[in-house]
Amino acid sequence: MTKSTLTRRGVIKTGAYAGAGLALPTIFTSRARAFTNAPSGNTVTFGFNVPQTGPYADEGLDELRAQELAVEHLNGMGDGGMLNTFSSKALDGTGILGKQVEYVTGDTQTKSDAARASAKAMIEKDGVVMINGGSSSGVAVAVQGLCQEAGIIFMAGLTHSNDTTGKDRKKNGFRHFFNAYMSGAALAPVLEKAYGTDRRAYHLTADYTWGYTQQESIQASTEAIGWETVNNVLTPVGAGDFSSYIAPVLNSGADVLVLNHYGGDMINSITQAVQFGLRDKQVNGKQFEIVVPLYSELMAEGAGDNIKGVYGSMNWNWQLSDPGTKAFVKSFGEKYGRPPSNSAHTCYVQTLLYADAVARAGSFDPCAVAEALEGFEFDGMGNGPVLYRAEDHQCFKDVLVMKGKENPSTKYDILEIVEVTPVDHVTYPPDHPMFGGAEATLGQCNNGA
Amino acid sequence: MDAIILQILNGLDKGSAYALIALGLTLIFGTLGVVNFAHGALFMIGAFCAVTMQRLLSLSYEEIDPTRTDFLGNPLKVEVPYVEHWFGPDLGGAIVDWSVPLGILLAIPVMIGLGFAMERGLIKHFYKRPHADQILVTFGLAIVLQEIIKYFFGANPIQTGAPSAFSGSFDFGTLLGFDPNVIIYPYWRMVYFLFSLVIIGGVFAFLQFTTFGMVVRAGMADRETVGLLGIDIDRRFTLMFGLAAAVAGLAGVMYTPILAPNYHMGMDFLVLSFVVVVVGGMGSLPGAVLAGFLLGILQSFASMNEVKSLIPGIDQVIIYLVAIVILLTRPRGLMGRKGVMED
Repeated sequence: MTKSTLTRRGVIKTGAYAGAGLALPTIFTSRARAFTNAPSGNTVTFGFNVPQTGPYADEGLDELRAQELAVEHLNGMGDGGMLNTFSSKALDGTGILGKQVEYVTGDTQTKSDAARASAKAMIEKDGVVMINGGSSSGVAVAVQGLCQEAGIIFMAGLTHSNDTTGKDRKKNGFRHFFNAYMSGAALAPVLEKAYGTDRRAYHLTADYTWGYTQQESIQASTEAIGWETVNNVLTPVGAGDFSSYIAPVLNSGADVLVLNHYGGDMINSITQAVQFGLRDKQVNGKQFEIVVPLYSELMAEGAGDNIKGVYGSMNWNWQLSDPGTKAFVKSFGEKYGRPPSNSAHTCYVQTLLYADAVARAGSFDPCAVAEALEGFEFDGMGNGPVLYRAEDHQCFKDVLVMKGKENPSTKYDILEIVEVTPVDHVTYPPDHPMFGGAEATLGQCNNGA
Repeated sequence: MDAIILQILNGLDKGSAYALIALGLTLIFGTLGVVNFAHGALFMIGAFCAVTMQRLLSLSYEEIDPTRTDFLGNPLKVEVPYVEHWFGPDLGGAIVDWSVPLGILLAIPVMIGLGFAMERGLIKHFYKRPHADQILVTFGLAIVLQEIIKYFFGANPIQTGAPSAFSGSFDFGTLLGFDPNVIIYPYWRMVYFLFSLVIIGGVFAFLQFTTFGMVVRAGMADRETVGLLGIDIDRRFTLMFGLAAAVAGLAGVMYTPILAPNYHMGMDFLVLSFVVVVVGGMGSLPGAVLAGFLLGILQSFASMNEVKSLIPGIDQVIIYLVAIVILLTRPRGLMGRKGVMED
C-alpha cells in the first residue's frame, strides 16, 4: 500500500497552474480579437430573431422561411432568387468571403425582454455576427440597442415606428422596411382622391411606440389635405373586444375611422367595426369609411371579407411585376407553396444586403459593414431603386398603397395595389421633428473591440 | 344619456360571457370543491369547436380551372366545398354561412366528453389535496390545452363570422326617440345576450325543477349527509362537471363572431371570471351571474372617453378596483354564503 502524496496545498497549487494554463489561450485571443464574434474557420453564423410563439408567430414563421431561403441562395443552393436580379454583383453563391453561411434562430415572443434575452444568447453562445428579423417596433428598438452595445450589426425586420430610425436610431442598426411617416405621405393623396378633402377622422390607436408615431403621421398628412381629426383614442394592445371604443364613433360626427392597429388587434377591431355596421352608414351626407394605414398579407387573410375596399399601405407586395419580385416569388412559392408576405420579403432582402455589404467591405467587422451599407444605392430587390440613407440608416424606396380586393380569386390575392407612390413623395429630411429632430444621432459605431 | 345606454348595451355581451364562464366555475366549485383554472381553456376549446365546424363544412376538393392562373403562373386550382357540391351552391353556401350556430352541435358532445375525461382522468385525484395543488394542476392543464390548440390551429386569431343574416346593427336610438345612428347595437351581440339568458335560465331550471338538480343542490349544501342517504353523489357531480364544461363551451362557440378566437383567449377571460366569482360570492350561482353582467357593464363604462380622460387607464383596472372595494365592504362578495372556503 502506497501512501498518497496529495496535500490540500498541493491540489490548490496544481489547480491554479492548470487553470491559468487553460485560460492563457483565451486571454490572448480575446485581446487579439478585432471585433465581436469575428468568424474563424470556414463558416459564419447569422442570428434570426423572430416571434415563434405569441400572437405574431405566423408572421415570424414567414420571416423564418424567407431567411432560410436567403441562406440557401447565399450558399449557392436553389435557383439563387434575387441574387440574379440584385444590382450589386459582389455575391457569387459561394457563401460570404469564402465562408459558408449557417444560422441559429431565437424566439422574440413579441416581447422586448424575451427578444433581448434570445438575442443576447445568440451573440454570446452562438457567436452570431448579425441579427435579423422581428415583428414589432418595441422589440426592434430594444434589440437594436442591444446589438449596438454588443458590437454587432442589427438588420431590422418588420418595424414601422418612426422611432426605429428616428429618435432611437443607432450606428449599428439598419432598417429596410418603410415607416409610419411614409405610410401617411403615400396614403394621403389616394385618400384625397377617393374620399375628398372634407372629411372628419376618428383614430383608434394601439397604446405603444408604433401606434403613437403612426397616428401622429397619419393625422399630419390627412390634416394637410384638409381633413379634420375628431378624436384619437388609445386602446390597450391585445384588448380583444374593441366594441366599447367603436360604439361612440358614429355619434362623434366622424365619417372616417382610422385603425392604427396591427396583427390580431387589427383583425378584431376591423371585424367589430364592420359588425357594428359602420360601413353601411351615411354620416354628414357621406358614406362612412375605414382606413387601415399599415397592412400585411397575413392580417388581411385573417380579416377576410371585412377588408374589402379598405385602403392601407405596404412596404412591398408579391404582385409587383419587377424582375426582382418575380424571382423571389418564384423561388419562395416553389419551396413553400405560397407567396411571400412583406415581412418575409424585408427579412430576405436584409439578409442579402448584409452579406453583400460584407463582401464589398471585404470584412465582417461591423464598422466596415456599416460603412458599406451607408449611402448604398441598389436595385433589383423589388420596389425599384433603393437608397440606404447614411444619416439615419433608413431605406428610401417607392411605397405601395393597397386596397382590399372586391372579388379575390384565391386566398392570396385579397389585396390589390392601387398606387405605387414614388420615393420622392415619401422622403423627409433626417432631422424631421417626427424623427427626433436635430438631436437624433446615430452615435459611434461599436465593433466590440 | 345616449352614451350611457350605449355602454350598458355594450357591457351586456361581455357580461354575458363573464356570467356564463363564472356560472360554470361556481358550479364546479360548489359541487366538487375544486378551483378549476382550466375553465377559461374550456371556453377557448368551445370557440375552436366553431372553428372546426367551419373547417369541416368548408372541406373542399380541388378543381383545375385552366382559364385562370395562380401566383406562379400555373393553372389555378379552385377549391370547391363538398357541401356545395352535394347540396348545390345556394343551400351549400348557406350551410357554410351558418357554421357558427351549427358549431353548437359539435360543441355539446365534445365539451361534455372533455369535461368527463378531465374530471375522471385528472381532477378526481386532487379532491383531497389542498386548493393550491388543484389550482396548479388545472392551470397546467390549461397550458397543455392551449398548446394543443396552437399546434393545430396556429397562433393568429381565426376569423369566424356570424351568419350574414345577422350582420349589421340594430338602431335602438330610433326606438327611444334619439337621432338615427346614435345608439346602435350589432344583431349578433343581441343574439349572444339572449342566448346566454336562455342557457343561464336552463341551468337554473335544471337545478331547481328536476330531481337530479335537487340532489345536486342538496349535495352542494351537505355532501356527507347526501352520501349517507345512499345517493351516489360523486357520479352526479361528475355529470355536473360535464355540464359546466358544456356551458363554457357554448359560451365560446357563440362568442367567435364577436372575438376572433385565438389559443390564449381563455386565459384573458379566466382571470376576469375569477374576479367575477369572488365579487359575486364563492359558491353562489345567482351571485356569479349578477356580478358577471355588473362587471361587464362597468368595464364598458370605464372605456368611455369621458371617463378615460379623467382617469387614464381606468378601463384596464376598473374590475380589480371594484373587486377590492367589494371585498373590503362585503368580504363574502355580493351574494356569498357563510362558511364557503372559510375553513
